[in-house]
Amino acid sequence: MSALWRRLAQTARLMVGQPDYDAYRRHLAEHHPEREAMTRAQFFREREAARYRGGSGRCC
Amino acid sequence: MTRHLPWILLALAGAACLGVVASVRGEPVNALWIVAAALCVYLVAYRYYARYIARVVVAVDPARATPAVRRADGLDYVATDRRVLFGHHFAAIAGAGPLVGPVLAAQMGYLPGTLWILAGVVLAGAVQDFMVLFISMRRDGRSLGELIRMEMGAVPGTIALVGAFMIMVIILAVLALIVVRALAESPWGLFTVVATVPLAMVMGGYTRWLRPGAIGEVSVIGVVGLVAAILLGQSVAASASLAPWFTLTPVALCVGLIGYGAVASLLPVWLLLAPRDYLSTFLKIGAIAALAIGIVLLAPPLRMPALTDFAATGRGPVWAGPLFPFLFITIACGAVSGFHALIASGTTPKLIASESDAAFIGYGAMLMESAVAIMALVAACILDPGIYLAMNAPAAITAGDPVTAAAAVSAMGFPVAPATLTETARQVGETTIISRAGGAPTLAVAMAEIFSHAIGGPAMKAFWYHFAILFEALFILTAVDAGTRAGRFMLHDLLALAVPRFRDTRGFAPGLVATLLCVGAWGFFLYQGVTDPLGGVNTLWPLFGISNQMLAAVALLLATVVLFRMKRARYAAVTVVPAAWLVLCTGTAGVMKLAHPDPAIGFLAHARRFAEAAARGEVLKPAKTLAEMHRIVLNDRIDAGLCALFLAVVAAILVYAVRACLAVRRLDRPSVSEIPPSGATA
Repeated sequence: MSALWRRLAQTARLMVGQPDYDAYRRHLAEHHPEREAMTRAQFFREREAARYRGGSGRCC
Repeated sequence: MTRHLPWILLALAGAACLGVVASVRGEPVNALWIVAAALCVYLVAYRYYARYIARVVVAVDPARATPAVRRADGLDYVATDRRVLFGHHFAAIAGAGPLVGPVLAAQMGYLPGTLWILAGVVLAGAVQDFMVLFISMRRDGRSLGELIRMEMGAVPGTIALVGAFMIMVIILAVLALIVVRALAESPWGLFTVVATVPLAMVMGGYTRWLRPGAIGEVSVIGVVGLVAAILLGQSVAASASLAPWFTLTPVALCVGLIGYGAVASLLPVWLLLAPRDYLSTFLKIGAIAALAIGIVLLAPPLRMPALTDFAATGRGPVWAGPLFPFLFITIACGAVSGFHALIASGTTPKLIASESDAAFIGYGAMLMESAVAIMALVAACILDPGIYLAMNAPAAITAGDPVTAAAAVSAMGFPVAPATLTETARQVGETTIISRAGGAPTLAVAMAEIFSHAIGGPAMKAFWYHFAILFEALFILTAVDAGTRAGRFMLHDLLALAVPRFRDTRGFAPGLVATLLCVGAWGFFLYQGVTDPLGGVNTLWPLFGISNQMLAAVALLLATVVLFRMKRARYAAVTVVPAAWLVLCTGTAGVMKLAHPDPAIGFLAHARRFAEAAARGEVLKPAKTLAEMHRIVLNDRIDAGLCALFLAVVAAILVYAVRACLAVRRLDRPSVSEIPPSGATA
């Protein structure tokens, strides 16, 4: 049940352009342990800005 | 054999449902027959055709690293669960298009629209979405323009970019026109929509300073605010002192919307765009789900006939022109939409975890959008056809008054009493519903009908109507805002080819110039549509359909070239057949809009009629002065020029595609520019 809830929340967040923060932390820890990770708030703002930076936008 | 048995039964069930839909005459058909037929078609198409394309035609390789694996960065490139990604992709492709097109197409009856939506999605739309997703996925998630440049050359790449920009302009104009038609002279509707601006700003401040990233919380606050705005709107509309502030003419609303577009797209995204995007996205998904549940629970009969006379005569009041080719460009999104090629080569290919997920996401999400289109068609067809026509016929026919409108619609063979029209307007809390073209108000009346049966009864109709209007206006305004930004970046790319200074997308002056050019472009077409005596939809929607289907043809031609380059030309019929059909439809429609002798269809014939009258010093309705006459002539010529431009884009891409296919046929090995599988690094 909690797994389903998590996935629904993840879907809703990705629908508005926010990828999973935990997955980002995991990626950095595994591949770039030397880099400093963004905080949750920094990550949110960075992705928010990236969503509307050029790109293709939304459909009709 | 046994594993195919359930699917054979499903196919037979679908065929039986379609048989009922197609053959019953004279008595109302229940909407559930169409819904059931559509679901069977989707499931069978997904199980067999999507799998065939994925496994045989392009041979997806689950072992091959996708961009999300190869270039993983936790930000743009993230291997994502396929169900989560399906939601993301669906939310990105489904907008106002699949809701509006089918409503407009309903004037020909429910049958032509239903058949085209089903055949179109299975053979063209979903194929296009999947193929572009696949092609982009094999090339690091590059965009459509870059893919065309890589596989077909620099010149067709630039041509496609120009085409994509013009499509963006037309889409924004037509979406804004829908908002104008829905909110003009409607204080309740306009107040609720205006209220979303400060509401979104409060939400933006909340996520910026108080609780960054708390999307769930802030969305709940937003939805509560929206409901409050709808309830408050009723009092505003009833108040003698406040209502006039929110009762605007179409022209005033048009000017306001253009100004809004310019300002909103220059504000920081966190302040207005992002928070409203949450509301519009979640409301859209919620409203679509509610509509589906509502239709299934209510099981309404279709009151629109299967085929109306307009299908044969091509002289319908909503849009003019014969069934072929105009039905096939009126319903774009839901059957096949070229705009999806931009989405399928956007963020989605960078998030796919495995190549074997591509069919589920690319083909599957498009089937889902098609289901939305079917529901919109059903919603329009459960209304009394007399009400439907009175709402969608332009003011030139209805004269804007219940008595004249009822007489005009009854004369078309759909008897309706003036009292029915005023009563419907009263029930949904509006002063009038006549000539509210554009599809959104029609859909809102139908949704109010469906929702009020489930919750609240007739007393809630006005609330549900304004809820539906708000939901449509909200995501259209988000699209206008986001689209102006996207159009601005496209313009930067194009202008930089001539003036290198425009490469600087962050500079204030180039940014301002590109934004104003973009807003000016869609604002021009919007103003033209708002002041058009035929309601504007009649002019702009075909242009939108032609341009959107043209882009789909371009995407399918790209897919064909890629199949030839992969040395899989023996399967090329999968993309050649829909591409040929779309070239035929857009080509015929483009030529007809350009050169048809009937002024209701051909832009040049319309221009000629007004130019000749002006030369005689005569003023034709709706123009009031000679200056207005000249402006109408100019508008017609610009529209004709745009049509010619679209035709030239398709023709040029077609020539380049054929040349590329012939050239690679002479090679003895594949010549694609895919990232090789061995390029995989963790």
